[in-house]
Amino acid sequence: MAMNGTGTLLDASTLPVKEFDGIIVGGGGSGMMASLQLAKSGMTTAVVSKVFPTRSHTVSAQGGITCSIQSADPDDDWRWHMFDTVKGSDFIGDQDSIEYMCKEGPEAIFELENMGLPFSRTEEGKIYQRAFGGQSKDYGKGGQAERTCAAADRTGHALLHTLFQANVKAGTNFLSEWFAVDLVKNQNDQVVGVIAFEIETGEPYFLKSKATVLATGGAGRIYQTTSNALINTGDGTGMALRAGFPVQDMEMWQFHPTGIHGHGTLVTEGCRGEGGYLVNKDGERFMERYAPNYKDLASRDVVARSMFTEILEGRGCGPDADHVYLKLDHLGPEIVHKRLPGVTELSKRFAHVDPSEHPIPVVPTCHYAMGGIPTNVHGQVISQNPDGTDKIIDGLYAAGEAACVSVHGGNRLGGNSLLDLIVFGRSAGLHIEESFKSGIKMDDPSSDDINYALRNLNRVNVSQSGENFVKVKKDLQKTMQMNFGVFRTEELMVNGIKEVSDLREKSQNIHLADKSSQFNTARVEALELLNLIEVAEATAISANERKESRGAHSREDYPERDDDNWLKHSIYFSENKQVSKRDVNFRPKQVQAFQPIVRTY
Amino acid sequence: MNSIAASEIKTLKVSIYRYDPLKKEKPYMQDFDIDIPAEKDLMVLDVLMLAKEEDPSISFRRSCREGVCGSDGLNINGKNGLGCITPLSDAVKSNKLAIRPLPGLPVIKDLTVDMKQFVDQYKKVKPYLITDKKVDTKQAIPQTIQEREKLDGLYECIMCGCCSTACPSFWWNPDKFLGPAALLQAYRFIADSRDTATDERLEQLEDAFSVFRCHGIMNCVSVCPKGLNPTKAIGEIKKMLVKRAL
Repeated sequence: MAMNGTGTLLDASTLPVKEFDGIIVGGGGSGMMASLQLAKSGMTTAVVSKVFPTRSHTVSAQGGITCSIQSADPDDDWRWHMFDTVKGSDFIGDQDSIEYMCKEGPEAIFELENMGLPFSRTEEGKIYQRAFGGQSKDYGKGGQAERTCAAADRTGHALLHTLFQANVKAGTNFLSEWFAVDLVKNQNDQVVGVIAFEIETGEPYFLKSKATVLATGGAGRIYQTTSNALINTGDGTGMALRAGFPVQDMEMWQFHPTGIHGHGTLVTEGCRGEGGYLVNKDGERFMERYAPNYKDLASRDVVARSMFTEILEGRGCGPDADHVYLKLDHLGPEIVHKRLPGVTELSKRFAHVDPSEHPIPVVPTCHYAMGGIPTNVHGQVISQNPDGTDKIIDGLYAAGEAACVSVHGGNRLGGNSLLDLIVFGRSAGLHIEESFKSGIKMDDPSSDDINYALRNLNRVNVSQSGENFVKVKKDLQKTMQMNFGVFRTEELMVNGIKEVSDLREKSQNIHLADKSSQFNTARVEALELLNLIEVAEATAISANERKESRGAHSREDYPERDDDNWLKHSIYFSENKQVSKRDVNFRPKQVQAFQPIVRTY
Repeated sequence: MNSIAASEIKTLKVSIYRYDPLKKEKPYMQDFDIDIPAEKDLMVLDVLMLAKEEDPSISFRRSCREGVCGSDGLNINGKNGLGCITPLSDAVKSNKLAIRPLPGLPVIKDLTVDMKQFVDQYKKVKPYLITDKKVDTKQAIPQTIQEREKLDGLYECIMCGCCSTACPSFWWNPDKFLGPAALLQAYRFIADSRDTATDERLEQLEDAFSVFRCHGIMNCVSVCPKGLNPTKAIGEIKKMLVKRAL
């Protein structure tokens, strides 16, 4: 038996192997949607999750799932939702993927409702839908739409628990509290599984499979202030980069307008959907100036920039003038407590105010990675050939926030992340099922292949001295916050790239002092740092390379959108730290493509 | 912490339960002096993370740090609660804070407990919608606002385990008494107008232990970090069982 990491080198020859038809890394919304599909098809499946599945960050989603189910408006049309999403993406969302998501969405929503998801209801007994940012009727010409399906303001919790329950019913095999370290590739560049260890015992394994799905969620913890859970460390993204696969549009990070000041925890955009609005220190509803039509329900990038502009120009609230207020008190306690019970709870806890009586102090907080591991609509991971054409990676899939399919492009609309999870988690599952039916052949990895994937675990396990990984992580978060925030300039970014590069050097030499095997969370945190570094460096280099302002990427030195040069995805490889371009898909199947227009709200 | 002036810092005495079953020593309480900013009302989880910076070997679970994922159920100065939403102003008594694992479950290491028993009980109540209809991907099952309101106070459970591990009946019979969390979940599906398996569910709960070991002590209610009321849900199940028996 292999040693469980108490200072001895692990080796392929003694490493225990467990084999499954499909391995899903991550037990959030997309992972459990994929696993449900596979479990129902009778394939042997394992969900490898570093936390018990209901602890995944999907649980924190509040406002809802945007989808044209024609409940609030019987004339609603998925094509309108598609238009909004393309416009929201600032035209670098792939239109084949957006079309697929908006069109297939209703089926996935009804399936979840039928599985028991406790959606809020309308007077007619249908699923309740609320207004969210960037939503329109009739391709932007018919005013604000109400398209976000909600379970009060706990939609993510309701969704995640329903999916967990459905997986319990389907008999899904959970490797709960297992940490996946690295992908295992064979000599043909095919992915044949992962190296993972059981956190409770420290026991490492080679989990072998012909289909590995990275559903590891976001990486907001590269920033100091984030809405993201402590577990959102970009593990799948890090694994993909280390295995030599690229990431796409990593410069595109969404800063959510309404993070609770001083903490980063979110209050949902649904607050503004229910009639709340932002005010500056003069009590002015300032969004009327920046977005005369949509006001507080303009797209998130627009609102976040407007808030920072107010603060930078001296109209912020509080003694340090470093935040603005979200006003809900005019809605009355009935609406606030009934429709926004979770927000009431969070703001009492973290801002010490009852939102039905006082405004909530808010400031934009890092929330969501639009970028990630590039995939097609089936969740298959895509790399790039030297001539710039796409290359499908056998055996590897990605879904959810870890992936970039890309439905969000430069800016995600509120309520579209949960839809992305369920639609593309399912489509990955469906594709794996089909592939198995038609037969998959893959060569086994060699001992060298496995040992290569063990290198990081080994390095950390035998480290005798070196850097303090908690300090390296803190320094990384600080430099990302300072240099790659809402407003960016070359000067700051070049400085940031250098600092991140120095921190990468340090991360190669971290010291794990505690080598114990039993539920050693320090080991997990040390390995998470390696993933944070990969994601941060990809973000830093891609951000400096994209010399324009588009979506969430806003440069003071290049303030305009540049469609001639940058109506493109950025593609980044960790090995050579180079950024190349990839065409955006303008070939939807059933509608005419939406061409870029000036984006105003 | 370095940038804070000394006058703005106070030192808190924190005592943390330590146990590694692989080492041949008994569980013990390890004391830490943690410097915290005087003005800020930190949460217990913040303090645990500060202690972990001093001693990285302390084991505990955490994820969302906002009270929705249910990872960090702990026994805080004698009362079960979530570390991430329990402010020091509520928890600390005489400048002392003792943090122990949830009681009644086997300890894996330090503050990390083995939740298997708890999850097994949850799974026993068939925690999923059962209907006699096939899944329809074309429409929702209709439900009125009033029918949906019956699920409020039931579906919000985050499975943190604070309630069941505060329940003496669960301590004595963790294998036979389902415990407040699982029973709340059982009632969440009984109360759902879309579920058609009420009879089947009640039949499974009819024995002397599954439900009837609840003696209405109500510890579950007093510790639930989401403000839920498992005792009430259990009362509803009991009423239905009695009615069924008559």
